[in-house]
Amino acid sequence: MNIAARQAKPLPFAQPSALHTQRRRVVNGLAIGLTTLGALFPVVILVYVLGYILAQGRQFLNLAFFTELPGAFGSSGGGIGEAIQGSLILVGLASLVGIPLGLFTGIFLVEYHHTWFATAVRFIVDVLVGIPTIIFGVFIWALVVIPQHSFSALAGSLSLGIIMIPIITRAAEEVLRLVPEQLREAALALGIPQWRVLLQIILPSVSGGIVTGIVLAMARIAGETAPLLMTASVSPFFFHDLNSPIDALPTRIYYYTNSSYQVQINQAYAGAFVLIALVVLASVLVRWATGGFRRQAR
Amino acid sequence: MIEEARSVATPRRRALALQRIRAFANYKAGDFLLRWGTIVIVLIVLAIAVGMIWTLVSGSWITIRQFGFQFLTNQAFDPVHDIFGVGPAIFGTLVTSGFAILFAAPIGVGAAIFVNEYCPIQVRIPLAFISDLLATIPSIVWGLWGFLVMVPWLQLTGEPWLSKHFGFLPFFQGTYQGVGLLAAGLVLVVMILPLVVAISREVMAIVPNEQREALLALGSTRWEVIRNVVVPFARNGITGGIILALGRALGETMAVTLVIGNEATHPSASLFSTGYTLSSVIANQFGEAQRGAFLSALIEAGLIIFLITLIVNIAARLLVAQLGKQGSVGGLVA
Repeated sequence: MNIAARQAKPLPFAQPSALHTQRRRVVNGLAIGLTTLGALFPVVILVYVLGYILAQGRQFLNLAFFTELPGAFGSSGGGIGEAIQGSLILVGLASLVGIPLGLFTGIFLVEYHHTWFATAVRFIVDVLVGIPTIIFGVFIWALVVIPQHSFSALAGSLSLGIIMIPIITRAAEEVLRLVPEQLREAALALGIPQWRVLLQIILPSVSGGIVTGIVLAMARIAGETAPLLMTASVSPFFFHDLNSPIDALPTRIYYYTNSSYQVQINQAYAGAFVLIALVVLASVLVRWATGGFRRQAR
Repeated sequence: MIEEARSVATPRRRALALQRIRAFANYKAGDFLLRWGTIVIVLIVLAIAVGMIWTLVSGSWITIRQFGFQFLTNQAFDPVHDIFGVGPAIFGTLVTSGFAILFAAPIGVGAAIFVNEYCPIQVRIPLAFISDLLATIPSIVWGLWGFLVMVPWLQLTGEPWLSKHFGFLPFFQGTYQGVGLLAAGLVLVVMILPLVVAISREVMAIVPNEQREALLALGSTRWEVIRNVVVPFARNGITGGIILALGRALGETMAVTLVIGNEATHPSASLFSTGYTLSSVIANQFGEAQRGAFLSALIEAGLIIFLITLIVNIAARLLVAQLGKQGSVGGLVA
């Protein structure tokens, strides 16, 4: 009886009308639908573009394509061996510039993070990451290529190396900051000098993350086109001299894209597939190796 | 201290002194080296940054002196008569980037909302990964696809369709050329989308779960949670991410160069018309420029992109940085 009486009382707030509730449900459903479409868009684009490029370039994905020099324009043979070799050389040389400079700048930002100087440097590095890569190309072009009247492998790797510096700095700083402060304090309390704490305790504990950052940076510069075009140009020969032009995968693809021969266009697709495979494989592998797939889930 | 070690006679005191020298070498010298070694390297990096600005300014000094601010509005980019201006290039840059943001921002934020708020956790990781993969695809690949697939499609199907159904708008008038501002804008949408998704996702992930739960406990729908809690909380970060993506679009070179047509047209409202952007001018013409005003004009175009993206990036960083000192925000792709 008591319960029945209580139920008969009016609610302390106005009960929402059925229409209102209905509207809220519909809006929610609409939001689900629209955001799902938004989320499907990247998936569809990725699958379609990768599939298309593979389909177009498939006929060229054989051993000769990876080892031979480009054929004469319009001929059906030839490969992109020199471009693959050139890309490896350029990325290797760029790493010699980018890894030490970037890594130690990152270490500086963490070891001396409390200084105003570190704050200023961090800001500059942050801004440098967002500067379009063609600016670095223009920089080296005006500084090296124009005075020397010649495109060169050296200029190309220099521009790629400079692009690499801020990327690696940020990656190194981010992983180094994840090291618990207690680890550092415990080591210092034992009387271990700062440099040994860094080299023998901190760096080994985050080596996986630093390697990930370096590999991702290398994958990133391997796909750069505009700065390479302005500094290293293209070349139909295997590498022979640091002071002469050198081929690279992205620049060779660009060159073939503008070709009027279907064979070369198909080779551009095949080259693009090789480039994507390299870049994607690199990022998938390092993420898998360092458990990055789990960390992404928030 | 070495003298000290030599001067002492007894073996015991000698050993002690040697130990102190080793300790010094081990402790002080190493820390000294670490400190000044990293500072020297940081100074090298700063010198590169300063050298870059100096090279851009000194390289473009001829046109800066000759044209001044008129360089920004001049219509002609004419190496034959040595008259240079980047008016159409700035127009093309703004139109294509604006177009890209207009579409990439809602799609990207929507995708981020779905990934973070709606979809089951098993789907979340692959979806986020696919979006990040999209970001790793080099721009030349988008240029290749845009130039060989999208441009012919636009010319034969896309642009006639737009013209037929939306031809009353000033944006969709003119001849169908395939290449042009529309093509460049579309390629840019795909290229900057992953950046918007990644940063929006990261800032939405910072929103405390208690706030979501509080609203859900009051009986609100997921959408009301998103609209009243998630989006207001993450607004600055999302805006910062969109501005970062805008910076990316402003400087994008190869893909745009391949599909924009690279022909000077009088600025018109039509997206079908060809044009060029600041970076596509450089990429398209650097081969011919060897000296004088031509060279200087191209370097000044670079300087202008540098300054624009500098301002845009600083604005974006300030907005994103307001959301706690989350160093990782924006670091993923940017």
